[in-house]
Amino acid sequence: MLNIKNIILGLLATTCLSAQVDMGDVLIKNGTLLTISDGEKEKTDILIKKGKISKIGKSIKAPEGIKTIDANGMYVMPGIIDAHSHIAIDAVNEATNPVTAEVWVGDALDPYDINIYRALAGGVTISHAMHGSANAIGGQCETIKHRWGVLDPNDLRMEGAKKTIKFALGENPIRVHGEGGNIVPNTRMGVEQVFRNAFEQGKAYAAEWKAYNNGTTKIAPEYNIRKEALADILSGEIMIHCHSYRADEILMLMNVLTDYGVDQICFQHVNEGFKVAPELAEFGAYASVFSDWWAYKFEVYYSTAYNATILSKNGVTTSINSDSRELIRHLYHEAAKTQKYGGLSDTEALSMITINPAKQLGIDKRVGSLEVNKEGDVVIFQNHPLSIYAIPQYTIVDGIVRFDINEDPQDMRIDIDPEEKIPAFQESEAGHNHDNCLQGVSELLFEHKH
Amino acid sequence: MKLNSIYIILLLAIATFANGQQITKATTGIFLLKNGEVYTHDNGKIKADVLMQDGIIKEVSEMIEHPGAKKFDCTGLTIYPGMIDSGTKIGLAEVSSVSLTQDHNEIGEFTPHMKALTAVNPSSVNIPVNRVNGITTALSVPSGGRFPGTAALINLYGYTPNDMYAGFSAVVFNYPSTGKRGSWDRRSDEDIKKAEEKANKKIKDFISKARLYTKISGTDKASSLDYNPQLNALVPIINKEAPLLVEVNKKSDILSAISWVNENDINVIFTGVSEGYLVIDSLLKYNIPVITGPILNNPGRSSDHYNIGYSNAGKMQKAGIKVAIRTNETENVRNLPYNAGFAAAYGMGFKEAFKAVTINAAEMFGIENKYGSVERTKVANVFVTDGDPFETKTTIKYLFIDGYNIPLESRHTYLYDEFLER
Repeated sequence: MLNIKNIILGLLATTCLSAQVDMGDVLIKNGTLLTISDGEKEKTDILIKKGKISKIGKSIKAPEGIKTIDANGMYVMPGIIDAHSHIAIDAVNEATNPVTAEVWVGDALDPYDINIYRALAGGVTISHAMHGSANAIGGQCETIKHRWGVLDPNDLRMEGAKKTIKFALGENPIRVHGEGGNIVPNTRMGVEQVFRNAFEQGKAYAAEWKAYNNGTTKIAPEYNIRKEALADILSGEIMIHCHSYRADEILMLMNVLTDYGVDQICFQHVNEGFKVAPELAEFGAYASVFSDWWAYKFEVYYSTAYNATILSKNGVTTSINSDSRELIRHLYHEAAKTQKYGGLSDTEALSMITINPAKQLGIDKRVGSLEVNKEGDVVIFQNHPLSIYAIPQYTIVDGIVRFDINEDPQDMRIDIDPEEKIPAFQESEAGHNHDNCLQGVSELLFEHKH
Repeated sequence: MKLNSIYIILLLAIATFANGQQITKATTGIFLLKNGEVYTHDNGKIKADVLMQDGIIKEVSEMIEHPGAKKFDCTGLTIYPGMIDSGTKIGLAEVSSVSLTQDHNEIGEFTPHMKALTAVNPSSVNIPVNRVNGITTALSVPSGGRFPGTAALINLYGYTPNDMYAGFSAVVFNYPSTGKRGSWDRRSDEDIKKAEEKANKKIKDFISKARLYTKISGTDKASSLDYNPQLNALVPIINKEAPLLVEVNKKSDILSAISWVNENDINVIFTGVSEGYLVIDSLLKYNIPVITGPILNNPGRSSDHYNIGYSNAGKMQKAGIKVAIRTNETENVRNLPYNAGFAAAYGMGFKEAFKAVTINAAEMFGIENKYGSVERTKVANVFVTDGDPFETKTTIKYLFIDGYNIPLESRHTYLYDEFLER
């Protein structure tokens, strides 16, 4: 829920407009660099100035007054990117209609969410804060930088990142709207028609505006924010990230997109992606998958932990995501599971949490590898990040150290309620239904048995 | 000959259309693991061969020869005791969101007589998927009410629950949690106190009835007792012949549970124990063993340090508390070595974390003469790796459960084999 503080800050932000986000300088000495784009470099320095990587090489002289980190014996890699999460937002699902393209989680950013800090402590610098999967066409998402400590929600935004929107196939939209509301979709057939119907509306809307703008018609069409978003999807302005599990429904959406001339999509979860890997590769679709989640519901019963490997070997750009405030803390370990399940190389495995999710979010020119002129998002590990003994030591965002294991107090909250001495204890989440994409919905619509 | 070739064709047909079902049979016999190293809890790796026969480890020593044995070359490999997950729902649930495939949650608050072993499905697809990561044994635990049932320790291979039973079962007690359950909990302090008193009274009544029942059942008036399976299930607890598994997580609840245990004079194992690191002295004072986990779990409070889930087990162990580790999982019990690995990385170290998924569990369950290490006369639960069993990329080369050589196959590998190149 929004608290007063957020509202006031939100008002402040709109009146003052967004202030410039802080950028930092730091020199990291003598680390083993896992560059992703250019192999491993031993005993190499990396200089970040004004939030950007300005130099990579041996024996870089520290400019006067700059913070220096001795990374001797440590591993330095690009900040980890999570292409699917729901942290740092205080609303996930607008579960009131099968199509809600007009809503935007960017309106619900919460810079006080402690999970931002916990993700940083696991080396994650960027996450894709997504709408949930209650609707076939859900809301628009926001790519955020984990600038823990900022108070203005706007300062979390990664300005200039590709606009994205959440779609959802299968059980979730069917349960919420068919079973829950007795409206289409109640089947996977219905889900297809929801898309076709929405795209027709977006197409007609765009055509009306085109006719008005070029003078063919004299009266302006009625402005409709939902149809605006649908038209932007068709024009490629907004990229689809689609919650999906079964091979048939994945194929269905690619067919629909082909009919409407949409050529970019990232399938999310995509547990049965391995069954249609050649089709995904041919379409040029991206896949963002769990390392090993399966069997928590029927549509993921025929899954395999080798999914990421099969997709990747078939030429699909694949990432490993968390969809969880727990998993986001150790995505480096989740990526290592592609070595257990399929024997991927170190660079292939690390690409799944760096450059590949960057491509899927349209930010790969800016982040995802250690290269001069890219943004200064870096994580430093004791032990190799793909080892079970890896421990993140520093996480740096835009050249600013936002997590330092040596300066890490017990309580990191920044919105302490003076009336609550110790925050309430939340029972373990393990063993529960893993369906984080249905946050805020299942409690309302369904009785939950644990 | 003709029949044989028909069989072969049939087998091929099954292999082609199986789409993720078990194909290769496990085999038993006399097995000899040659030229490898055996991991021991006290002395690390030692050079030794291992001979297994009739489901038992017959010999662990250098240069074993046995003419009738099937040999497994373990050059460069290490032989470890099978890992034990001390808290799961494996076998009791197939698809977590489909209620008709769940058998761990019976109706009623006081149902300790509900036996997990009864509902273990030996054909669950979860079993092969999880065991191929070296987990040979798991405690399958019912959930739900105050006394939801009796947990059972099972080996992850067998055609019937009885085949799988590993010799330990225990009644589960979900200790009542008091206080607010989360920031969403809007109950008043008074309502919370009332709820607590009500829960405690019910437990007190139940235990005192069980005590009376136990007393009478030990006399010549036993035959006059009415049929009461609930109370009957508590007899071994009251007589201190078996430990009670007490699920408790919050600091204040753990302290309250410790005084409850003392008042009632029974043997217990605490499970969960997320905030154990805050009450180490009390746990130590009363010598209470702990099954903790999942290690890969978020801290319980927003004010908590980010790594307390990782470090809790190690803090308790270092203080001298006996600790075992669980996943509390159903379909991803296979992540037990990674849960233990994070505990190892965050303070526990490999040696103690590996004990927490092997011998410590066996000792808590009173089966350490049969499980938990690679030693003569123990059950042949063994896995062989090319590296540290906690390291994510380590490969398991051979797996033996109850003396069976288990194929390293599951739905996940079949789908991989079928779809890598479609």
